Amino acid sequence: MRIVLLVLLAALLCVRAAFAIDPTTLPDPQQQARYQKLTHELRCMQCLNQSIADSPVELAGELRNQVREMVVAGKTDDEIRDYMVARYGEFILFRPRFSARNVWLWFGPAIMLVIGAFIAVRIIRQRSKLVEQDNEPLEEEAAGR
Amino acid sequence: MLPELGHFALILALLLAALQAFFGIAGPQLGKDRWIAAVTPAVAGQFVMVATAIGCLVVSFVNLDFSVRYIAENANSALPMGYRIAAVWGAHEGSLLLWIFLLACWTLAVAVGVAKLPKRFGARVLGVLGFVSFAFLLFTLATSNPFLRLDPAAPDGRDLNPLLQDPALAMHPPMLYTGYVGFAVAFAFAGAAMLEGKLDQTWARWTRPWTTAAWAFLSMGIALGSWWAYYELGWGGYWFWDPVENASFMPWLAGTALIHSLAVTDKRGLFKSWTLLLAIIAFSLSLLGTFLVRSGVIVSVHSFASDPTRGIFILAFLVIIIGSALTLYAWRAPLLKSQAGFEFLSRESFLLFNNILLVIALAVVFGGTMAPLIAEALHMPTLSVGTPYFNPSFATPILPLLALVSLGIMSSWKRGRLGERRRTLLVTLGVSIVLALAVSFGVFGGARVLTPVGFTLAFWIILTSLIDPIDRWRRKLSLSRSIVGMTVAHLGLALFVIGITAVESYTNEHDIALSPGQTAKQGGYEFRFAKLEPAEGPNYSGVRAEFIVSRDGVPVFTLNPEKRNYWVQRSVQTEAGIGTHHGTNILIALGEDLGANKWSVRLQLRPLVTYVWIAAFVMALGGGIAASDRRYRVAVRSEASDAVPASEGALDTSKVG
Amino acid sequence: MKNRFIIAPIAFAVLALVLLIGILRAPRGERIIPSVLIGKPVPAFELPNLTNPGTKVSSKALQGKPYVLNIWGTWCVTCRQEHDTLLKIQQMNEVPLIGVNWRDEDTLALQWLSDLGNPYSQIAVDREGRLAIDLGVSAAPESFLVDANGVIVHKHSGALTMEIWKRDFEPLIAGRAPAGS
Repeated sequence: MRIVLLVLLAALLCVRAAFAIDPTTLPDPQQQARYQKLTHELRCMQCLNQSIADSPVELAGELRNQVREMVVAGKTDDEIRDYMVARYGEFILFRPRFSARNVWLWFGPAIMLVIGAFIAVRIIRQRSKLVEQDNEPLEEEAAGR
Repeated sequence: MLPELGHFALILALLLAALQAFFGIAGPQLGKDRWIAAVTPAVAGQFVMVATAIGCLVVSFVNLDFSVRYIAENANSALPMGYRIAAVWGAHEGSLLLWIFLLACWTLAVAVGVAKLPKRFGARVLGVLGFVSFAFLLFTLATSNPFLRLDPAAPDGRDLNPLLQDPALAMHPPMLYTGYVGFAVAFAFAGAAMLEGKLDQTWARWTRPWTTAAWAFLSMGIALGSWWAYYELGWGGYWFWDPVENASFMPWLAGTALIHSLAVTDKRGLFKSWTLLLAIIAFSLSLLGTFLVRSGVIVSVHSFASDPTRGIFILAFLVIIIGSALTLYAWRAPLLKSQAGFEFLSRESFLLFNNILLVIALAVVFGGTMAPLIAEALHMPTLSVGTPYFNPSFATPILPLLALVSLGIMSSWKRGRLGERRRTLLVTLGVSIVLALAVSFGVFGGARVLTPVGFTLAFWIILTSLIDPIDRWRRKLSLSRSIVGMTVAHLGLALFVIGITAVESYTNEHDIALSPGQTAKQGGYEFRFAKLEPAEGPNYSGVRAEFIVSRDGVPVFTLNPEKRNYWVQRSVQTEAGIGTHHGTNILIALGEDLGANKWSVRLQLRPLVTYVWIAAFVMALGGGIAASDRRYRVAVRSEASDAVPASEGALDTSKVG
Repeated sequence: MKNRFIIAPIAFAVLALVLLIGILRAPRGERIIPSVLIGKPVPAFELPNLTNPGTKVSSKALQGKPYVLNIWGTWCVTCRQEHDTLLKIQQMNEVPLIGVNWRDEDTLALQWLSDLGNPYSQIAVDREGRLAIDLGVSAAPESFLVDANGVIVHKHSGALTMEIWKRDFEPLIAGRAPAGS
């Protein structure tokens, strides 16, 4: 029970009412844009549903500092992401990197569209054959067409 | 005394629910008329008991009875009166009681509604509802009793989570739950049909208004939650694809598909097994959503509790309720056949596409929400699924769907006749494209790729929705509420698309460091940080800033963002200053004291974001209008005159009993 | 398929099974994100020594025998909960406990240790949190078991209890001690 309370306490810290305002402005606008993009892409590992850009906890601030230093030091976006993933795992990326595991997740919608199209065509073919035999009158209500 | 009374009332309610379920299901099955007659009194009795129970809880909260553990955990002597009542559903136990109470309300309404329907069918519907009530009451009494005492009584309470001390959020659970629980009615109608072994057009006509009403409430509930998140959290987010948000969105998607599928079943006796399955799915998703929130299995800041024992108990009754419904479905569905036909571009076709695309969208949200969970169960490294996944994936079926709405509206039942309307369709499409480009570039001065697409789809829906109703009105023909409701709801949809397109394309957001006295310029507006002063409230203390917002030097309004420290709950919260000017929503949120008299401040300009929530209410209004159509309230004259020809799917009951 | 509608209850049964597994495996108070550093060498560090100012605590010096890195701070409520267990572990003398004082102030940390007792053989001061980030720490307390070759073999997030120590750490320690000891 105590452990449950502790988890809840930790959760309170991450209550989304609190968020971070990050007035960091890097002198180079390109670097600033990269900084913004990266800090929005990285998940706060304590408040798991917020990015480090938005999370109010200190860890997020430290990770933002880390990102800023690396951007200023000239590291590429990929190098920065790799750095974070090496320490925290793939989970730190909000947008999962394309990999064998993710394929079904990313291709899912498109595959479902194709399957859906097949099903629709089959049903419509079936039903359009029945139209001539079907003499059931449509419900003629005032608003019907 | 009151808590004990409430507790006792719940126990009685449990017994009455059991009776309601038993008599409702066994009575018609065994042909016992006396049992059938006992169902409605059981419903009434259960309602009285549940109302008593929740009444006791409300009064105990108002009186701040801290000897009750639930009250001590969720209220405090400094809590203002209105929120004492809202605190009733502020946490797990109380919100379950709210669920049960709303279920009792719906059941009572259904009991009145089915009084005009064939007795056996009505009893079965109430029986299924009784079964659901029984399960919830059992769960509550066994694991989540809100009336448990604290001994010794607490001197004062922990206080309601400050997040919840807000009018919109206070109304969000009741509205949302009314929707969730309302789908139980469609579920019950489906269950009754399966128990009878008969599902026909008449059944669809009876089911439609209940389903549409539930859907309308759910729409408003979700909108309230989103609106609250936006202005309370103050950082401009209105939808996060958070598991708990998704848990409310999934039943909505299923419910939307259900409403449309019911229309086809009603009009032409088609899509019966689709409709039946959707009715089961919509409510199952409501139940599943409850489970996800309460079992600690999903990572979300929304979660009410993280106690796995509760999770297992809920899973058990999920399996029983949904499992038995789906098994019954697998048994009965093969017998539901119809010989009706329709052409390729008929309204039935478009509604078929509608069903399929909505189900795909539902699958996307479901998959994305459950993926991390499934990955963990299968010993795979945790999957990361958030907005960057959901946005494009959800758009994949939805964009085609939006395009098809206009075509579907213009098509006829059975024979389509879309060719006859080709000119209208092309003209309206052309006008929409022109308008969309005009708005994107003329009004807003630029666009991303999808911006004109979104606007085009929205305008096309508006134009095609209005053509036939306006035509009928001009020719002085009658316009049924069904048609008016449908039109209003589709207009709401278009408004929603406009809002989303605008806010996602044109939001202007920056974090800056500012001192009192300084002015910042952004998006054509000037923001002067006029002053900063302390602010006190009944259960908090903090600071309030004053910002004067001007455009081209002319002051438009003053905003007062605050930062509050709720001392009892020990949490800090920002109240953003929000105002709207010419359709653009302006938010100012205070960050931190950076020292050297500078504060971090977030300035956001969000065009047309309010349309997103207004649209949801417009859709709900449309649903309400449609549900009140007279054709649903025509009393059944007799079973014989309403009998549908055998070929339309009525089962030979001698075969299935 | 004879009855294609049977897919519905079957699919649901599968889902229910997955949910059941999900609940049963849901950690109680423990983090559900596994560490990616298991099996990798501990990040090299050389940080000031809290109790012996002027000297350093370094990964190089610690290599050769297994040890446990414990991330803590005086601001961390859960670390308080864990402290008694740490004292007991220290008394059992199986492996040295190396404390990493995360984002804290020396005076507060020293006060804490003098009030509650010092379970650590050495304490490194990680003022900026650089080591914590290198270790992929998301919240305190976290404990890492490092073997004699300097490889991280186990990570525990959350408070240590005797039960967890005996269940997770001791078996690994027994297998990793160099031949001599």
